[in-house]
Amino acid sequence: MNGIVLLSPVDLSLAALLVIALALVSRRLELKIGGRLLISALRMVIQLSLIGIVLKALFSSGAPGWVALMALVMLLTAGREVRARQKYRLRGLWGFNIGLGAMFVSSFAVSVLALTAVVRADPWYAPRYAIPLLGMLLGNTMNGVAIASNSLTQAVHAQRTVIETRLALGQTKCEAMADLRRESIRTGLIPIINSMAAAGVVSLPGMMTGQILAGNPPGDAVKYQILIMFLIAAGTGFGTLAAVWVTACRLFDERDRLRLDRLER
Amino acid sequence: MGRLVIEGLQTRNGGPFSFSVERGECVTLYGPSGCGKTLLLRAIADLDPAEGTVLLDGESRAGMTAPQWRKKVGWLAAESAWWFDRVGEHFPMVGKVNGDFPDVWKKRIQCLEQLGFGEEVLGWRIERMSTGEKQRLALFRLLLNEPQVLLLDEPTAALDPTNVFVMEKVIGEFRRSTGAAVVWVSHDPEQVQRVADHSLKFNGSRLEAAE
Repeated sequence: MNGIVLLSPVDLSLAALLVIALALVSRRLELKIGGRLLISALRMVIQLSLIGIVLKALFSSGAPGWVALMALVMLLTAGREVRARQKYRLRGLWGFNIGLGAMFVSSFAVSVLALTAVVRADPWYAPRYAIPLLGMLLGNTMNGVAIASNSLTQAVHAQRTVIETRLALGQTKCEAMADLRRESIRTGLIPIINSMAAAGVVSLPGMMTGQILAGNPPGDAVKYQILIMFLIAAGTGFGTLAAVWVTACRLFDERDRLRLDRLER
Repeated sequence: MGRLVIEGLQTRNGGPFSFSVERGECVTLYGPSGCGKTLLLRAIADLDPAEGTVLLDGESRAGMTAPQWRKKVGWLAAESAWWFDRVGEHFPMVGKVNGDFPDVWKKRIQCLEQLGFGEEVLGWRIERMSTGEKQRLALFRLLLNEPQVLLLDEPTAALDPTNVFVMEKVIGEFRRSTGAAVVWVSHDPEQVQRVADHSLKFNGSRLEAAE
């Protein structure tokens, strides 16, 4: 087989019909998620179409300034996305910056490490490697950070009396929060652990599938996928740890008092 | 041990409050619901930010860490909270050595017995306990810290008369044997009669001495 089967707009519309059908069913069931489903689907189509154009331009220019700008836009959007998924968020810039900082430290550090030490493209910031790698890392780290922070703040809200009782008995904020912190970090890491465990047996990861569909030898695709999985696990793990750690600290003040007034809905 | 002095303490909805509790003394606070009794106790325990000075034996709480302060100034909430599966897991270093409790714990088991429990309560699951049982065990848990001040927020509101009596007795004995100062919020005028050396009542957002 040479070349790949090209998809026409009609082919894509057929697939889109499935999502519309799902939205209709959710509306019947009054799940109140049909609207968000359609908006996200629409966003996905527009964003991906635009990014196709942007990437084409970026790959042909290859200037480091543009790569950095692209990376920055991706990071800020991921930060906004994390914030939007929180039921309770920290007031002011903290709510935005913690997620952002965690993702910056983990995704960026891991990407740069992988690009310079593992992939060794020339130059190391070559957009063909840098942007997709960062994109996959950010996408997964974002999920981990969002899920873990959300689970932490919700648990703190629900277990306020437990935390304050523990504080009243003379425990420090770290002792009083140990269980909740552990639990929310675990919640944030479960998706990546599951996807590593299921990779190749239950699921064929998207990137690898894409490469195979594009006609690359499966052996090479597998190696890249293994690299990506490691990077994602590390990025998500460290990002989630950092976000939960800082959020947990910020929920207390210097006298180890629980400060739920620093959260807003 | 334990003379509590409160000077100009400003809580979220009242104050400034100033009063003192001598060593071994019991002061009751009463007033209508929502007048800020709970907030005042929380402010003394340093669980809410509050302006003002709080001293224990002349030593300001600002000079120690908040956990150190709260070990000395123990707060018992109106509703007790439990977070592990079993009762005993909530108490530090409980357990038998060679089939017997260590000496420290023998005295503590006596306290449990006074509160109406046998040592088997340590293995009970939290969900099988009634509100009243939880409240009595929460007092036990607090006394394990050997606090110098007890801040009690309607500790007996959910109990039947027999257990109210048991709690009053245990608190009274702890107060007399250790010299702890007690601040006791109560709705029940007869209880105030029974336990109080002095009584303060809320008048709006201020405290004044009751007769």
